[in-house]
Amino acid sequence: MGILRTFALGGIHPAEDKLSSNAPIETIPVPKQAIVPLGQNLGAPSKPIVKKGDMVKVGQLLAEAGGFISTPIHSPVSGKVFKIDNAIDGSGYKRPAIIINVDGDEWDDTIDTSEKIESEIKLNSKEIVDRIKSCGIVGMGGATFPTYVKLMPPPGKTAEYLLINGVECEPYLTADHRLMLEKGQEIVIGVRILMNALNVKKAFIGIENNKPDAINHITELVKSYDGIEVQPLKVQYPQGGEKQLIKASVNREVPSGKLPIEVGCVVQNVGTAFAVYEAVQKNKPLFERVVTVTGKAVKKPSNFLARIGTPISQLIEAAEGLPEDTGKIIGGGPMMGKAITSLDIPIVKGSSGLLLMKKEESTRAAENSCIRCSKCTYVCPMGLEPYLLSRAAKLGNFEMAENESIMDCIECGSCQYACPATIPLLDYLRLGKMKVGSIMRNRK
Amino acid sequence: MDNIIVIAIIALGGLGLIAAIILYFIANKFKVFEDPKIDEVEDALPSANCGGCGFPGCRAYAEATVKSAKENGHLEGLNCPVGGNEVGQLVGKILGLEIEAKDPLIAVIRCNGSHTNSPAKVKFEGATSCSFAHALYGGEGGCQFSCLGLGDCVDVCDFDAIHMDSETGLPVVNDKCTACGACVVACPRDIIELRKRGPKEKRIFVSCVNKEKGAPAKKNCSVACIGCGKCEKVCNFDAITITSFLAYINFDNCTLCRKCVEVCPTNAIHEINFRPRKPKAEKPKIVAPAADSSITRKPVVDKTVVKSDSKETIADNKIGKEPVITKTVVTKKPIDNKDNKE
Repeated sequence: MGILRTFALGGIHPAEDKLSSNAPIETIPVPKQAIVPLGQNLGAPSKPIVKKGDMVKVGQLLAEAGGFISTPIHSPVSGKVFKIDNAIDGSGYKRPAIIINVDGDEWDDTIDTSEKIESEIKLNSKEIVDRIKSCGIVGMGGATFPTYVKLMPPPGKTAEYLLINGVECEPYLTADHRLMLEKGQEIVIGVRILMNALNVKKAFIGIENNKPDAINHITELVKSYDGIEVQPLKVQYPQGGEKQLIKASVNREVPSGKLPIEVGCVVQNVGTAFAVYEAVQKNKPLFERVVTVTGKAVKKPSNFLARIGTPISQLIEAAEGLPEDTGKIIGGGPMMGKAITSLDIPIVKGSSGLLLMKKEESTRAAENSCIRCSKCTYVCPMGLEPYLLSRAAKLGNFEMAENESIMDCIECGSCQYACPATIPLLDYLRLGKMKVGSIMRNRK
Repeated sequence: MDNIIVIAIIALGGLGLIAAIILYFIANKFKVFEDPKIDEVEDALPSANCGGCGFPGCRAYAEATVKSAKENGHLEGLNCPVGGNEVGQLVGKILGLEIEAKDPLIAVIRCNGSHTNSPAKVKFEGATSCSFAHALYGGEGGCQFSCLGLGDCVDVCDFDAIHMDSETGLPVVNDKCTACGACVVACPRDIIELRKRGPKEKRIFVSCVNKEKGAPAKKNCSVACIGCGKCEKVCNFDAITITSFLAYINFDNCTLCRKCVEVCPTNAIHEINFRPRKPKAEKPKIVAPAADSSITRKPVVDKTVVKSDSKETIADNKIGKEPVITKTVVTKKPIDNKDNKE
């Protein structure tokens, strides 16, 4: 196979701990009450169009897009709208949500519920984008950026390559891995749909080398299509980052502060490709997703297909309960995920996993002084100096942080992982990014 | 040998002289006129360079005051919170302006979600910065408006006036506060407010900023304002307004009567530096001696009772009935008048 491709700068290789990679995707029963937050995508929150007391079906429109960078939300369950009120979500705050009391499981008539795989693409490029927009598809990797925006390159820019992200570089998570194994055909059709929408001739599916079964399976499936190629990649975190994947796959570098389209690339997650298949071929809006529930103390690490709005407590129950010495529950992976504060938090479009950490794993070590070992600089995949940026942010020197390109930080956490003095570098980097971001917005 | 030394002295001395002459003319040519008053004003200022006035340091503030005095003839909007009235008067004197005395202010912490009132449900681990924690989650007690207790306000205070109380997990402001407003800006939750220090440091304020409905607010914190509106109803001076389930006391209208404190069902309204209340049973229905009543403010209810009594007795007196009470009326009346005047 020769030398495997990977990105050039930095990167780490944490313990993989993919405990649930052999657990087939199980469908979680419909919850009794679904909490559907209105802010599920990056950008403006959606605007509700249903009222308290309305009867809704699965797949019915609940809320329309609240701006250009926004997506509509469809009902994940059928039943009666109980209320539209503030409910705690993954942000740790109470935000507006539509709460539905579930009654049966009646799907909207327009959704094709047959098992048959539709491989013929009937829609043209514009129709595909419109369908993706109306079905509320967002980036399923976790960033929840509205997919249709990525499919409409700004004037003067054209996409050359479509990169499909099957990297799943986060330790523990296996949702994309399982999806590739079980829904490979659908994903490949989804990739073809995305290629049609963008009018690109070449697509790369990047998969890390620790998933040989997925690489073989997808390679087998794409044999009959000329434009699609599977790229096995060296295992390196954070390869799933857009900019890192572009560097690894096509050896191009996205300029600072620019989007991938600048170098002729569009990156989509395999989960997004699957959602696109379902939206375009089956007319099924995005209202369920695969979530990994895992952790060293979890009795049954699993991959679940759960409806949006299912409380996470139900998923943990399905994984045979909360282990007794759980110290922290993390929404997402261990590197970029966020600790959550309540078990009532619902699954949203961006939930990729739940990680239940034992107490001794989750406690942070005390912060020591920086010994200038420069490990953080060495591992930074963006070529930044995390020790300097975190210091600037801590001392409130935001001008310096801005000049040292703090906004290019992708918050991957490699620096904090590598730091021998256990300094919470990422915390200060995030704080600095937040402040510099608001300063920059005010300046405009 | 001697020769070399002499030549060196002459050469260097000559160079120095020429340079001095050139510099003299250049300095005259490019001289920037600076009002001497700026220096005077700067000397009068506290030199804390805290930025409480909105300018980057005392010098900039001094420049701004001199400019404003020259161009506008007043110093409106220019206020040194640290120096207070004393410095204000001094600056006015230097600039030949009359400065109106302002009520001194103090920072007030509007959250009482201590460890006992709002017990922690989760534990925060991470950078000790309120603004960072604010971006992550609601707070350890679950109230998403509450104090995060990580001390951003303490860090920015230049006057050693605000400290964290480790027992309650809340910041405490002491008398050194100059109301520069740095903590108000630093607090990501807008909990700290600058309020009037009040007569004899007496203050009443709502110690809560929770804008949730009553039930969820009370669930997380036993002393949260639930927006019940009792204080708004009982206030005779339109000082209390309730917006989105949260009461706010306007200190311009508040007369420090303390009625709202009494009716608040969650003890969210705080009174500071008041004498302890007398127990209810001892409420004087019968008129107290003059010496006492001049110190302790009588609750308004009693006052009206006294008033109506006295009116009646006066009326009765005119008619000439029941002359027995007259004596008490006479001793009472001046006290009433005094109270009303106040």
